[in-house]
Amino acid sequence: MPEIRVDGMAVNAAEGVTVAIALLSAGRNRFRTSLSGEPRAPLCGMGVCMECRVTVDGQPHALACQVVVREGMEVAT
Amino acid sequence: MCNNDRLFAAISSFDVIIVGSGIVGSACARELADAGLNVAVCEESVVGGGATAAGMGHVAVMDDSDAQFALTNYSQRLWWELAPNLPADAEFSGSGSLWVAADDEEMAEVHRKSTYYSARGVAVDVLDSGGVAKAEPNLRRGLAGGLRLPADAVCYAPAAALFLMRGIPLLRGTVTTLTPTGFELSTGVKVSTGAVVLATGVAAYRLAPELPVYPRKGHLLITDRYPGYLNHQVIELGYLKSAHSHDADSVAFNVQPRVTGQLLIGSSRQLGVADPAVENAMLRRMLARAVEYMPGLETLRGIRAWAGFRAATPDNLPLIGRRPGHPNTFIASGHEGLGISTSLATAKLIADELLNRTSAIPRGPYDPARSFDPHA
Amino acid sequence: MIVVVGAGPAGIAAALAANECGRAVTVIDENPAPGGQIWRGDADQRWVVRFRNSGIPLLAGARVVWGDPVSRTLLLELPDGARQIEYETLVIATGSRERFLPFPGWTLPGVFGAGGLQALAKSGLPVQGKNIIVAGTGPLLLAVAAYLRGKGANIRLIAEQTPAASLWPFGWNLAKRPAKSLQGLRLAWDLAGVPYVPASWVVSANGEGRLQSVVLNRRGTVVTEECDYLAIGFGLQPSTELATLLVGPDTLVAATGDAELALLEGRAAGYRAAGNVPKAAAMDPDLRRARAFADELDKTFALRDELRHLADADTIVCRCEDVPLGRLEGKDSFRDAKLHTRCGMGPCQGRICGPALNFLFGWPDTSQRPPILPARIGTLLAEDQGLRE
Repeated sequence: MPEIRVDGMAVNAAEGVTVAIALLSAGRNRFRTSLSGEPRAPLCGMGVCMECRVTVDGQPHALACQVVVREGMEVAT
Repeated sequence: MCNNDRLFAAISSFDVIIVGSGIVGSACARELADAGLNVAVCEESVVGGGATAAGMGHVAVMDDSDAQFALTNYSQRLWWELAPNLPADAEFSGSGSLWVAADDEEMAEVHRKSTYYSARGVAVDVLDSGGVAKAEPNLRRGLAGGLRLPADAVCYAPAAALFLMRGIPLLRGTVTTLTPTGFELSTGVKVSTGAVVLATGVAAYRLAPELPVYPRKGHLLITDRYPGYLNHQVIELGYLKSAHSHDADSVAFNVQPRVTGQLLIGSSRQLGVADPAVENAMLRRMLARAVEYMPGLETLRGIRAWAGFRAATPDNLPLIGRRPGHPNTFIASGHEGLGISTSLATAKLIADELLNRTSAIPRGPYDPARSFDPHA
Repeated sequence: MIVVVGAGPAGIAAALAANECGRAVTVIDENPAPGGQIWRGDADQRWVVRFRNSGIPLLAGARVVWGDPVSRTLLLELPDGARQIEYETLVIATGSRERFLPFPGWTLPGVFGAGGLQALAKSGLPVQGKNIIVAGTGPLLLAVAAYLRGKGANIRLIAEQTPAASLWPFGWNLAKRPAKSLQGLRLAWDLAGVPYVPASWVVSANGEGRLQSVVLNRRGTVVTEECDYLAIGFGLQPSTELATLLVGPDTLVAATGDAELALLEGRAAGYRAAGNVPKAAAMDPDLRRARAFADELDKTFALRDELRHLADADTIVCRCEDVPLGRLEGKDSFRDAKLHTRCGMGPCQGRICGPALNFLFGWPDTSQRPPILPARIGTLLAEDQGLRE
């Protein structure tokens, strides 16, 4: 079970899942804040809608539904 | 707004109809309407949909020639007067420009420009190598220095055009011929009006074939949002060496911070290309040049690339004024890469000539009737 | 070499057909494993097994971001770099994505595409005990509901916008196709006890910070249902970006519908790509039948007019740029909207709002720009860096 950090908090993720699955499984509903301040979370689940964008290890605009978790990964929403 | 040809023809009461609703046409319409004339604009597509949409949207002062300086400087003053009234979506931002010098030769150009601008009342700061690194930490290390022009700005020109057009009737139609008393539309409808201002950018030659206006293709790419990545519009000084050579295709490093946090990356120039498609090779050359100056750009995501056409002229100065031999037709075209920058001054000069007003700067250098023969 | 983009049913069938003709084939897919969206995570699916056993190379996790039909190259972005690949013949089997329509609250976390929620569940999202409403239109809703139920979800109801009167003739047609009706019976068994309500649709989604309830028009009666997730799907939209950009004489496009049609289209494209015209032509009768069935599906599940009027002036249409419907007033084309409201100008490149606006206002999206997907600038420079395949 890789442990990742989401906004500084430790989250345990299942092996081999995407960041999106890890966040949703942990009950996280805000992947990004929209331009008008709304919380947003995955819509399409397949890399099209861009709603699940998070910052992974300092790189902004990573698609949470496409990136697989790695031990020690830093995710910022 | 009105789409109806019959209504269009029936309205013969306009003092002036501007053909083209890019930033130049919109500015002319605003200026003439504010002067009390009854004005309409004729547009075949979307307001601000041509070079106005395709370009970078800088409001910059340039000094290729004294005439270019006079026009850009005058126009920039007008932009800053307009700025407080612009709507938020016009994204006017006085982020300033930073010309970067890669070597001592370009640094000499920094000093020359600094002297030139200072003598004419334009604020500038000369930066050394460390100063440039501090002003733009994402630039590569080891640049010789740079010149900052704090009054330079950027804006989102299609929104500015729409704002300038407010309250002015927009007539939809494609003008096919200019007539002594107005013009004819593709539908065959003849429109008569007191005067016509031709502000169709690169398409000017379609209606006035004698005009020395030709297309110069350019590519741009915009990134996703990276707020804080860039503080100024940054331009390489090699730009001057390459950009205005009239024969070869060229690229130059030019990157802008947008209010949205996006970066707009340019620029390329090509002559003799009519196809508006994005060309892989040209885009790559342009991006490679940008990455040379700002290596970190490599990791940012580009979301859209496009190409457009600037209206170039043989002497790099626009055509502003009465069309030779046609007393009721005025030309406002040929602005090349400075259409946004010089639009407001262009509008003043057009209105001055039409209304027999005195102009703030001499109009002669932009007169469409001037000689383009370099040996004359 | 024949390059196939997409390792879903169409891509797999195309690759196997071309391989069968003795041609060298490479398949590219953005997902880590073959199967596409429909067979995601289904390693035992027989076509996926056949593909794996064929030894055809799969370049997984690679997104095609650009290409050039003249030099016949594709530019790929991989998680750790970029790659350029050359082809003699290209088969585009990029399938479809879901169509979304805006309604108040559709931007709330917890509102998913129907296929999207299924894809997430297949990739490991636990749905055990979750209260889920499935809504929209088409047979996909049934497949999604059955899958989620099989994973322990509590499917509150399936709201199908199509009226019952249109569904009956469709059911009758299904009965004439043994394979299809068997699938139908299987679904009916899996979904026993789940209300399947025709002539019903979602009016709004509500909640504080996440979805908590859904307001439905249930056969003319407005009802509120509490739920954890809403899985919504208004049919499929073919992904045509690559085909639009790379149209050329050596490009073949395998259109998609359901998996059966996709397999046929893919196989035919694979034969044609390999130059085996007789084999491709021999498939014509099967293809005609499958396409006729797909057309019937489209007609049966045509979107009703009421769905055009769900969004109000404050409802976000463009989720990337947060453009509400009210801002589009007076705009007369998608380009006009893009230029003057930023609608469609965000990183999804109009993939979500474009089809919605096409349904709402009849606007075609005529201003597609490269790259095909947001790409690292370093990727776009790949050739210059000598990463050529």
